Amino acid sequence: MSKISVEISGKECTVNGEKLNCSKTGAEMLMELYCKYVKDYPKFYKMDSLSRLGFIASELVLQKEAELNGTTRFESNESRKIILANNNASLNTDLKYSVTIDKNNYYPSPSLFVYTLPNITTGEIAIRNKYYGESCFLVLENIEQFREVLQTIELESDALVGWVEYNSNSDFNCTMWIEKH
Amino acid sequence: MVSFLRVLERVIKIADNIYSPLGTSTEENFKAVKSGISGLKKYCDMFDSVEPFTASAMPVRMTFRQMCIESATRALQQTDIDPSSDDVIFVFSTTKGEDLRLWEPSVAVARHFGNNNQPIIVSNACISGVNAQIMASRVLKAGLYKTAVVIGCDVLSKFIVSGFQSLKALSADKCLPFDKNRQGLNLGEAAACMVLSTVNGNYESKRWIYEAGSIHNDANHISGPSRTAEGSYRCLADCLKNIDTADLAFISVHGTGTAYNDEMESIALHRVGLDSKPVVALKCYYGHTLGAAGVLETLLSMQAIEHQEIPAALGFKEQGTTYNCMLPTTKTNVKGNSFIKILSGFGGCNAAVRWVLR
Repeated sequence: MSKISVEISGKECTVNGEKLNCSKTGAEMLMELYCKYVKDYPKFYKMDSLSRLGFIASELVLQKEAELNGTTRFESNESRKIILANNNASLNTDLKYSVTIDKNNYYPSPSLFVYTLPNITTGEIAIRNKYYGESCFLVLENIEQFREVLQTIELESDALVGWVEYNSNSDFNCTMWIEKH
Repeated sequence: MVSFLRVLERVIKIADNIYSPLGTSTEENFKAVKSGISGLKKYCDMFDSVEPFTASAMPVRMTFRQMCIESATRALQQTDIDPSSDDVIFVFSTTKGEDLRLWEPSVAVARHFGNNNQPIIVSNACISGVNAQIMASRVLKAGLYKTAVVIGCDVLSKFIVSGFQSLKALSADKCLPFDKNRQGLNLGEAAACMVLSTVNGNYESKRWIYEAGSIHNDANHISGPSRTAEGSYRCLADCLKNIDTADLAFISVHGTGTAYNDEMESIALHRVGLDSKPVVALKCYYGHTLGAAGVLETLLSMQAIEHQEIPAALGFKEQGTTYNCMLPTTKTNVKGNSFIKILSGFGGCNAAVRWVLR
């Protein structure tokens, strides 16, 4: 199988170097990608921004994998691992929750609080694809450090790995691929 | 990029510390727990909370950085390791770090010890402390470093109290893991440090050896555990591969005191046939210390093996899970040189490690 890589920034999205046609940018582009390439997973609308970014990238990687392998999209792969990383953890969502707490409204939104952990993104991808393998979220300096750490993980099965950073609705980036050792 | 990885044989624990409301050394902490002393107290308006909650809080407010430094300093003092060496890596376990930042304060802690390597921070919800031990063992076994300073820490904050109250997960009174009358969890704060190494010295006494580690997702729900314990079951099964369970002294559970977590753990233990093994549940002493929990509870489990005595599950009266779990109501003697520590968390993640004293 040839290497698959998806890159998404606030401006564009590419699959194996090929740019996808999008009329929008930023958070609206993620919505556009969902409507064009996923369509049938309404849980997407409940997700926070980091999870949406990671989720869309995972869908595009896995669609490409199925296409290249000539298999169906939801091929059983129970032991597949999901290992994601970034530098800011869930800061963008944490701040959204944080500003809403006050004395008169001490616990504003439980559904938002749940997303104040970066590994919820790995959970969303595991649920969608029924992956029972390892799921892990690391906070590191940059993608180079991430690639180095990945070398130490024994992959008896392959893993969906990605750098997923969401700073704001216009400034985000994600690189996701399938790692095989 | 590392291209050739040596796989080294074993990772051992060479030093440790627990810095918590119950003491500033691992020994002090175990002594308190053994005597049935709990750090849990009721707070009425801490962090502007509108409802009373029970937590285990430090006597004075401290920052994440201060807690990590206090704990790691005490652990490193027990060794002749130079923490500024290129051979040493710092591995952190935290969910909220300091002011919601994880990277910057963790780097600051490593730099405090003169260490210039990039730290690894595991932020995998409540399993982070066990996950960090697994990550540290991997980088050591791969030969990238000789020593890993693993620090688990989270401090209480308005953010955390508000969030857990919003989920209706907190018990107003002391938590009762696995009990029929459990009402939810208590929060806690602590730092715990474990120094791991592949350096083989001539040790006269027995050493703690990292034997196995496993992480699995439930692939079920982002904030509730699997009804069939899919992830936790798989983690336990991995840790039990090719071993004789006769030497397994106990299972150190997550035991948060929430309805679903404890039920799920009882199912996981049943599925792997460990119903008859004693269970150690420590949240009645410390509350849920989030990023610290995995490291803190692993260290106290080691103490329990070394003293051949497991602490009582305070307040436990009536089994409240589908399958019985062997929780001791008074401190109890145990035999065996190994234990498994399990944890589960939001995002559907589960982890387990098995340590053996040899």
